[in-house]
Amino acid sequence: MIRAFAGLLLLVMLGGAAAGPRLITDLSQSRIDIEYTFAGADLLMFGAIDRTTMRPDRKLDLVVVVRSPAQPVVVRQKERVAGVWLNTRSVRFQTVPGYYSVSTTRPIGDLVDPRMAAIYEFGIDNLHFSPAETERSAEELRTFQAGLIDLRRRGGLFTETIGGVRVVEGVLFRARARLPGDVPVGEYRVYVFLVEKGRVIAQTSVPLTVGKSGFERAVYTFAQENSVSYGLLAVAIALAAGWVAGAIMRK
Amino acid sequence: MDLYLPIAEMSVNALVIAGLGGLVGFLSGMFGVGGGFLTTPLLIFYGIPPSVAVASAATQITGASLSGVRAHWRRGGVDPKMGVVLIVGGVIGSTLGSFVFKALKAVGQIDFIISVSYVLFLGVVGGLMLVESTRAILRARSGVARPPSRRHHHGLLHRLPFRMRFPRSGLYISPLAPLALGAAVGMMTAIMGVGGGFLLVPAMIYLLGMSTAVVVGTSLFQIIFVTAAVTVLHAVNTRSVDIILAILLLVGGVVGAQFGARVAQRLGGEHLRAALGLIVFLVSARLAVELMIRPSEIFSVVLETAL
Repeated sequence: MIRAFAGLLLLVMLGGAAAGPRLITDLSQSRIDIEYTFAGADLLMFGAIDRTTMRPDRKLDLVVVVRSPAQPVVVRQKERVAGVWLNTRSVRFQTVPGYYSVSTTRPIGDLVDPRMAAIYEFGIDNLHFSPAETERSAEELRTFQAGLIDLRRRGGLFTETIGGVRVVEGVLFRARARLPGDVPVGEYRVYVFLVEKGRVIAQTSVPLTVGKSGFERAVYTFAQENSVSYGLLAVAIALAAGWVAGAIMRK
Repeated sequence: MDLYLPIAEMSVNALVIAGLGGLVGFLSGMFGVGGGFLTTPLLIFYGIPPSVAVASAATQITGASLSGVRAHWRRGGVDPKMGVVLIVGGVIGSTLGSFVFKALKAVGQIDFIISVSYVLFLGVVGGLMLVESTRAILRARSGVARPPSRRHHHGLLHRLPFRMRFPRSGLYISPLAPLALGAAVGMMTAIMGVGGGFLLVPAMIYLLGMSTAVVVGTSLFQIIFVTAAVTVLHAVNTRSVDIILAILLLVGGVVGAQFGARVAQRLGGEHLRAALGLIVFLVSARLAVELMIRPSEIFSVVLETAL
């Protein structure tokens, strides 16, 4: 880690040919392995701002975003019908990230205006979910969107950390993201935005893979690709266990 | 001890799941039932997706029933001929059931249907068991001799064509009746993740009029094959069989069943049935209340690809 930091610092010092400020970013790990003991992971994102072309007194802010690929989801709402609660209405959202974490140096409202926040999807409330239904009223859609956000927030899948980005000497920065145990697998991206006076003046992104590994991956792949054999194997294991159990009980 | 389930895609406390399997195993050892009717709702209470709970419980029941059937088989308590007829029905029923399951999942009503089915079946069966065993206990106390068990002869049942002899069950009936019974129970296995013993056993005694000596063994024999078929069907159709989850349940179940069987030896048959009836009834009541009170989560999210 220290060596990586030193390397970055060196890069910053040697660089400077580019016109504007540049961002250099790296992750504590470019791949998060989900294995049998997986109960979540902490990701450290760090890097440096190459500000050799800038005046040193300029006040800069950072927004660091981790997001998984967008997925189409169906959100359902329960209602009381004849004394029992059951799903009645549903809305399809076409682009919902399975995981979204944003860390900033200061409150988002202080960094950019609402329009810019919406364009860059800074903050959970600025995510675009692209509802597919058209017959629902805007208010209904907001209710469903709020319900979805609330669920994901409490599950730790959507997080917002104001002040979560630490900047050292105006050059080095770091932020952390917590990925919970039921984080979706996929090709993630980590985005870093450099913000000054309400504008994004530089941005960069690095890939992050979240995937099952080892035994977990083998089981999952097997279940997906050879579902018949997988089912038969499950039966065989259950039968073997049952046979052994029966034999033990006989004693 | 956290363990990640590759199909459920979540991490669970392995000890809690094994403990849950142990509790159900204890009851199944005590009462001679598979215990799927408890495993599935308990897994759902824990937060396992209903489809994974149903499919993996079926896998666990396969193992639990095999361990249970061995003792019955040795003392001739299995009617394989009747078993095969029930299995054929069961495979037809569970195939239909797995398609119904898939369709209900797509429209978002699977959880509701699972809960309602549990409330209805468990409520009726538990209530009947409770009433019947309480009467038996009271009769035994008052010293009145138990009336001889009457063989039921249903006119309709005996008018069905293609009558066959089932010597071990002491029956000469059309295989269409057990076939239909097997199909109904198979459907329940696919949708509810239960072996269906709690329905099969009374139906075999009261509807088919089978000899009680072979009822439990034959029921277990049928359940092994039908839950195995359901496991494969769910593995192919819904891809929701979690081997790790099933193994955890099995490990717990094996240990629990041994203790259960020992406790059972010290209790009388009527008391045992009354206790089981009470448990079944309470699970049903709990689920009914769950349906009626305001749920903690009004919204739920499903991936479209999972539908």
